[in-house]
Amino acid sequence: MDTRFSDEDMAFRDLVRAFLQQAWTPELAARIDADASYPQAIVEWQRRLFERGWVAPGWTKAHGGCEWSPTQRYIYELERSAIGAPEVLPFGIKMVGPVIIKYGNAEQQARFLPRILRGQDWWCQGYSEPGAGSDLAALKTRAERAGDHYVVNGSKIWTTYAQHADWMFCLVRTEASARRQDGISFLLIDMKTPGIRISPIISIDGEHSLNEVFFDDVRVPVAHLIGEQDKGWTYAKSLLAHERTAIAGVGDSKRRIQRLRELARRETSGGKPLLDDPLFQARLADTEIELMALETMELRALWQASKGQGPGAESSLLKIKGSEVQQAIQQLMMDMAGLFGAVLGDSGHDFGNEARRSFMYGRAATIYGGSNEVQKNITAKAVLGL
Amino acid sequence: MNFDLSEDDAALQDSVARWVQQRYPFDARRKLAAQAPGFSRAHWREMAQLGWLAVPFDEALGGLDGGALGTMLLMEQLGKGLVLEPYVGSVLLFGGLMQRSAAQRGEWVPKVIDGSALGALACFERDGRDDLADVQTRLQPAGDGWRLDGDKALVLNGAGADQLIVSARSSGDRFDTAGLSLVRIDASAAGVERTPLQLMDGQWVANVRFRDVPVAASQLLFAPGEAWQPLHDAADQAMLALSAEALGVMQVLHETTLDYVKTRKQFGVTIGSFQVLQHRLVDMYSALEQTRSLLIRAVCSADAGSAEARRDLLALKVMVGKAGRLIGGEAVQMHGGMGMTDELIVGHGMKRLMVIDTSFGNADVQRTRFAALAA
Repeated sequence: MDTRFSDEDMAFRDLVRAFLQQAWTPELAARIDADASYPQAIVEWQRRLFERGWVAPGWTKAHGGCEWSPTQRYIYELERSAIGAPEVLPFGIKMVGPVIIKYGNAEQQARFLPRILRGQDWWCQGYSEPGAGSDLAALKTRAERAGDHYVVNGSKIWTTYAQHADWMFCLVRTEASARRQDGISFLLIDMKTPGIRISPIISIDGEHSLNEVFFDDVRVPVAHLIGEQDKGWTYAKSLLAHERTAIAGVGDSKRRIQRLRELARRETSGGKPLLDDPLFQARLADTEIELMALETMELRALWQASKGQGPGAESSLLKIKGSEVQQAIQQLMMDMAGLFGAVLGDSGHDFGNEARRSFMYGRAATIYGGSNEVQKNITAKAVLGL
Repeated sequence: MNFDLSEDDAALQDSVARWVQQRYPFDARRKLAAQAPGFSRAHWREMAQLGWLAVPFDEALGGLDGGALGTMLLMEQLGKGLVLEPYVGSVLLFGGLMQRSAAQRGEWVPKVIDGSALGALACFERDGRDDLADVQTRLQPAGDGWRLDGDKALVLNGAGADQLIVSARSSGDRFDTAGLSLVRIDASAAGVERTPLQLMDGQWVANVRFRDVPVAASQLLFAPGEAWQPLHDAADQAMLALSAEALGVMQVLHETTLDYVKTRKQFGVTIGSFQVLQHRLVDMYSALEQTRSLLIRAVCSADAGSAEARRDLLALKVMVGKAGRLIGGEAVQMHGGMGMTDELIVGHGMKRLMVIDTSFGNADVQRTRFAALAA
């Protein structure tokens, strides 16, 4: 057994590192950090990756992807997070893209995939509904066939960046069948279609990224149905498994621990660095140890994937532990900021706002992508046979 | 990167697993543990014949050069049977130190490998808890040689060993790492007094008193006062092995508990159908997989001679303590009243995990060491 990367993988890492150092500029970082310039800047970042041919690590080359091995994808993620660059928006590249590649027809692939690669379309995900969260199969948004269109009525909720989106990939009920998972279809909906109304939801971090989206007799061409009608659950599930592996966020957590350590070296309590406080040290150590376990767990999953197995049920554990580590780090930073972390707006304190916003936004990690409780249900059933 | 076992490694794992299954039905274990030394010499001879006592030693000394990985595979399987034979005490601590001693290895390593020497390391004292440097036992010059005086506490395999390696201070002050020496003492030598004691996990240890024990220069393993590094390294090796054993115990407890909740009925249904238990069983499984991941990590970095090896080991030992408490406690709890009985393996597994946690420093001690490394 050996946890080290091969020479080839190390050469790949050098290539990635060199590119990122040149492409990820301080100027772009500043624009991504500012709320007003974020939408344009994140698309600009995607364009730079596209020009290098590196925007879609998991896609086939035939569709403009990199066909990186699971290990190469992991290495890219480590390097990207180490330098502090963001992921590209996941909705197109990571979520709907692979579904269109796997289940879409040639016409749909030709129409949507090139635009996803270039970031020309902004996508959002229409899964959750007010009555269908963890129990996704309870969704009620209806699509009724009328000639060469579907007529969609209902609503979606928690839709991230619906306000910026050009397209939504959406789960709708096309058949009221006995088994709830049957009768669900996967539709691509143009967000400019008449009858769509977006209502903002302000989240506990004070930001507007979430929305509720209402559909009132929205007409969607049948040509925008993915795969077969009533088979959408299968397509949606393949996407969720994909979402879970990326969710561990080892690289980003490593970087945030590094940042925590730097802050704790500067921050003093009773004239001594917080980093020298035994209780703080113990909490930091526990979090680092959890992260070390997570990292090796992810490498083990990568090894399985590189042999063509998975992602299986182990992706649930990665999701659970990954999100727990993220929240532990956020809690430590919030505690370190103390009351300064509670100040809304600029108090002159260096990391209070950062601590609060990442803490508040971070609450979502144990909820989205199938809540951690749902992941435990999945693990109990699939791994433990309960 | 490669997480698969080689054919040789897989064969070792299989053969140990089979032996444990044949030799260690739970009732047989209870009989063995009942009286000192708490293990079977016949088993020990078999283990020697099967080549297992040779796993961690250099080929030049007749060993198999199995590295940390070989030891891990063996110990994990021994853990599944709560095996009592003193692999850590005799092979890894006594043998491991002998292998590190240029003066002694030629004579003693072959005897450890063929099973003819049963050894132990007497390295802890009543006041020192698990600090290897806190040594008040004294080694003082006497005539051509030395004289040993002091008291050692809870020596692993202390009841069964024929030979002891003893840490003693030949110079320096109480907590100094410099000035420590290691000497080999025949357990039946004049002035050595052993008091066998049984631990709650079934194994027999001993308090050992040394009074005016004459020591020849040839009994020193290293130059006087220079034993700290090998002592420290051998203890690290033992911690890694105990962690692998702990993983085996955790697996048994998790599997046993899983079987139990799938068959035990209350309120007309199996208790495993209750979500509150399902989630806790997933937490146990998750702790098990975290331990396995950190074990693989520590084993690979030890075998690769990585600069991160000690950090990985300390992280592992912290996790072994935490996961062990969770899994041991939950196994007893989910077995209900049955978990309280001495008849079931469950409580014995919990006690073994508790002893492993506290051996060589528990999770809190290791966490402090881990933090000190990073700072």
